[in-house]
This record gives sequence, C-alpha cells and structure tokens, in this order.
Amino acid sequence: MKISTRRDGKTTIFDISGDVDMSNSPELRKALLDEIRKAKTPRVVLNLTDVKYIDSSGVASLVEGLKASRDMKSRLVIFGLSPSAREVLQLSRLLKVFEVHDNEEQALAS
Amino acid sequence: MNHDFLLKIKLRSHPRLLCVLRGAVEPLMGVLGFSDEECRAIIRAVDEAVSNIMRHSYGGRLDRPIEISCRSLRRHSSGKVGRGVEILLFDHGPAVDTTKLPCRPLNELRCGGLGLHFIRGSMDKVEYKRTGKMNRLRLVKYARANKKSLNLAERLS
Repeated sequence: MKISTRRDGKTTIFDISGDVDMSNSPELRKALLDEIRKAKTPRVVLNLTDVKYIDSSGVASLVEGLKASRDMKSRLVIFGLSPSAREVLQLSRLLKVFEVHDNEEQALAS
Repeated sequence: MNHDFLLKIKLRSHPRLLCVLRGAVEPLMGVLGFSDEECRAIIRAVDEAVSNIMRHSYGGRLDRPIEISCRSLRRHSSGKVGRGVEILLFDHGPAVDTTKLPCRPLNELRCGGLGLHFIRGSMDKVEYKRTGKMNRLRLVKYARANKKSLNLAERLS
C-alpha cells in the first residue's frame, strides 16, 4: 500500500494504492488520524480508486477516521470504491454511514 | 490420492504474507469457474480467517505455521450437480472458545470485530473444529448457476 498526499485549499486528498490489509492498515490509520486530529484539516478526502482489496482492519481504520472527524467537526469523504471495497462496506453496513462519491470531482464539489 | 485435492499452502504467520496467499488462491477460484463476485468473497473469507489466526490464535507471533488446503466439491440438488470449493485452515494455537470470538453488532459504529462478519457473510459454510492439537476452520462456497463452472479435479484425473 502507498499513500500520497495532495492539498487543495482546506482539503487534503489521500491517494491510496495497493491492497489494505492487516500488514499495513496501522499506517493508514496513523495517516488519517494525524491529518484529522493534529493537522485539524477541515475536509479529508480518500481516493480509493487504486485500492483493489481492503480487509476488516482497513475498514476499522476508516471507522476510526470517521469517528475522529466527527469529534473534530470536520469531514471525511471517500471516492473511487472498487467492487471489493464497496462489498466490505456493505457487509459491515457502513456504506451509508460514510460520505461516498463516485469520483474526485463529485467529492470535491460536495 | 484424493483427486479433488487442488492446492496446499503452508505459510508463516507473518501479515506481509497475506498478499501472497491472496495471490495464490484468487486465480485458482477463477479456474474453478467462480464469478468475479464469488472469487472476491472467497478471497475475503480466507484472508480474514488467516488474519484472525495470526492475531488471535498466535497472538501476533510471526513465525508460527498456518496450513491452507483447497479441494473441489460436488453436491447434488434437484437433479443438478453443483460445484464448490472446500478450504481448510489449520493452526497450532490454543483451542478457540467459540463463545468468546470477537463479533460485534453491526449497528454500532465501532472499530474491530468485523472479520467474522465478513467470513460468515462471504461463505456458505463456516465450521470450527479442534483436531488433536490443532484448530481447523472449514470454509465452503458453492458456485451459483454458472455455465462455465469447471471441475478441475475431473479434468486433471
């Protein structure tokens, strides 16, 4: 898994690529929480277009990010879900809990 | 020899090997004729099961053995033959108390406890058994009506 970061005004975009599993989800969790809690970024956008697989520990990292963003009164936005990523969010009944968009344009316009 | 036997893998309990396991199992399920959605479900269940072994059965130790074997299955229902796969996972950890497995209600926004939901939601059968000094998890998935479904064991015999 690789995480690269872009900034667009008050928004930080994480471009994530590769599989997210037990071996690397702590890295995703730390990056998310640092951005939300320490940098206090008003809106964090996750680009998951190049994430083919995400496991339950990856979903747990996203949930932690969501809870932190709610605590900080900021927003966590997701776009580019692969079929596999969409399925795990459906299985965990989280698809409607997260703010999910189809592409970056829609995510940034939201 | 059991001609339905397809694949056997023995790997260390290191999380960085999970991608290797997924990479080995996924093409096999494709060859067996499972749909893309079914392949993803099987990979998800196997990955979560092995992750649970690494985390809970071995407590994060990186050097313990995990064995995974796959064989094809047939079942007869309503005059039709259904194809499937059975995946067995063995580890040498302590016996699992199935009443204490972490599995949380889905209506709570909490981290963790999702792995078992993913396994149960992805497979047709999930069975745990203690055999000697080993834990055995049996996962079964049948292919839905799928004309391209193959019985690899028959083709190889």
